[in-house]
Amino acid sequence: MQPAVSIDHLVKRFDPAGVGGAWRRALGRPLKDPIVALDAINVTVRRGEVYGIVGSNGSGKSTLARVVATLLLPDSGSVQVFGHDVVKDARTVRRFMNRVSVEASFFKKLSPLENLSFTARIYGLPAREAHQRIFEILKRLGIEEKAIRRPMDQMSRGQQQKVAVARALLTSPVLLILDEPTTGLDPRSKRDVQDFIREVRDTHDATVILMTHDMDEAEQLCDRLAVIDKGRILIEDKPAALRREGESLEDAFIRLTGHAVEVDEPDKTAAGGGG
Amino acid sequence: MVALGRELGASYAFVERNFRAVRRYWGWEVVFLFYSIVNALTVAYIAPGGVLVAGQQFDADRLILFLVVGTVVWAYLNSVFDSVAFMVSWERWEGTIESTFMAPIRRVTFIAGSSAFAVLYSFARAVVILVVVALFFSLDLGAANWVGAFAVLAIGSLGLLGIGIMSASLPLLFLERGSQMTVVVQAALLLVSGVYYPVEVLPDWLEWFSVISPATYVLNAMRDAVLDGVSLLDLLPHFGPLMLITAVTLPLGVWVFGWAERYALRHGRLKRSG
Ligand SMILES: Nc1ncnc2c1ncn2[C@@H]1O[C@H](COP(=O)(O)OP(=O)(O)OP(=O)(O)O)[C@@H](O)[C@H]1O
Ligand SMILES: [Mg+2]
Repeated sequence: MQPAVSIDHLVKRFDPAGVGGAWRRALGRPLKDPIVALDAINVTVRRGEVYGIVGSNGSGKSTLARVVATLLLPDSGSVQVFGHDVVKDARTVRRFMNRVSVEASFFKKLSPLENLSFTARIYGLPAREAHQRIFEILKRLGIEEKAIRRPMDQMSRGQQQKVAVARALLTSPVLLILDEPTTGLDPRSKRDVQDFIREVRDTHDATVILMTHDMDEAEQLCDRLAVIDKGRILIEDKPAALRREGESLEDAFIRLTGHAVEVDEPDKTAAGGGG
Repeated sequence: MVALGRELGASYAFVERNFRAVRRYWGWEVVFLFYSIVNALTVAYIAPGGVLVAGQQFDADRLILFLVVGTVVWAYLNSVFDSVAFMVSWERWEGTIESTFMAPIRRVTFIAGSSAFAVLYSFARAVVILVVVALFFSLDLGAANWVGAFAVLAIGSLGLLGIGIMSASLPLLFLERGSQMTVVVQAALLLVSGVYYPVEVLPDWLEWFSVISPATYVLNAMRDAVLDGVSLLDLLPHFGPLMLITAVTLPLGVWVFGWAERYALRHGRLKRSG
């Protein structure tokens, strides 16, 4: 059977100096070493599975999510989504893929209904049908009827994140990329979102790639799990198979990577935007 | 045909969403509109004021009309340019840039939708400004050729879109400086296009720039249409340069945008956090 996603020798580097890099090149100054965010990644995701990718801050999870989601062009290697190349055939891939990121990205002053109606329009869904489904999905996620028509910025982060998941589902994706969908949520909202992911897995014919650094979440939701560190996949297996006798998944992660999953990346803020 | 219909529907999505956002920020809209109206009035009062300052009679009514056309047309063009140039920054500011760029639509659909919004929104503003200014001055608009004026605005906006789209793509290349450059372009257009004076008063080297500014032709044509009621047929000569500018800048703008987008996708410039 054709895999849902096949990633072959994927490499992605970033210029650390941003625009400065171009100037350095032009002036013949030595370039700083590029950041290797993805270092020859090979992954095959099977149709219908929830494939987890766990890694600490800066390990390359989001970069991988973006390349698969057509939001970053790879330097080398290839990514195929249901046989379509994410570079050459981006628009086809976009039609049946969606991504939810850590930050719920909405027009903040607009309501969930308005934001999702917009999505429905750009994805070409018939207005009436979309309207019905928006209410259906949002209500199932426990969003009150009233809140559906109120500006998003009056909602909690947890609720906003649920709306983000709902938006992704509205487009009926066969590939759903969830980049830390529960990070920063309170335990209750976290559980709601996780339950919903489980429901999606069971009721929709969707393949899910889940990036997380929450080991419990990974263990509970994923059929298979890859550990990513410094842009490399260290190991890939069923969650239970990654653990040794008496070990928690957290312990297994430390054994494999040599550090805990929650580490603060020192240059994270210093490296910021640039340009 | 089906595909075209879909893309049109998708463009409309941007028009609808942006108008909804404008409505939600209505407080700011009122404030900006108030500012624009006051600005237009202040400029128009230069004419009667000029009579007093110069201490001699001249046709202040014609000057008022000249200035009103300038200030209203500029309010329109400036607003079109502003909101076209803002299309990428707006998505980035709201945080929707990645979800918008990930949608299965052509990039021209996004550009067309955002531009259509810009034109409609700016036109509505300009009409309000014109109406209020007309209440303050007994403007003699009897001779005006409104059909011609409308045609001038329509074609004139096209001439400006290309430059606006190029400016819109700057934030894809430079995260912050992009918007700064937009302001510089706007200021330059204001200086060389003859908004408040005939361009002949400029030094030669500056006057030369007026030739490549689409706003120059829009303003000239508009004054012909509104001040002198010149017929549509006689307005045609103004349209030539506008269409030429459009034919060059519009495809160029779309191409530059596409190039900038690929640059952003290659270098991680859409968004980096999250
Ligand atoms: N757009 C970008 N420009 C420059 N460097 C980037 C960009 N995106 C990511 N990086 C760098 O690439 C590396 C991997 O980042 P990435 O965001 O993929 O990590 P992550 O695993 O998602 O981390 P987190 O858990 O913090 O979200 C980091 O060193 C990061 O600073
Ligand atoms: Mg990340």
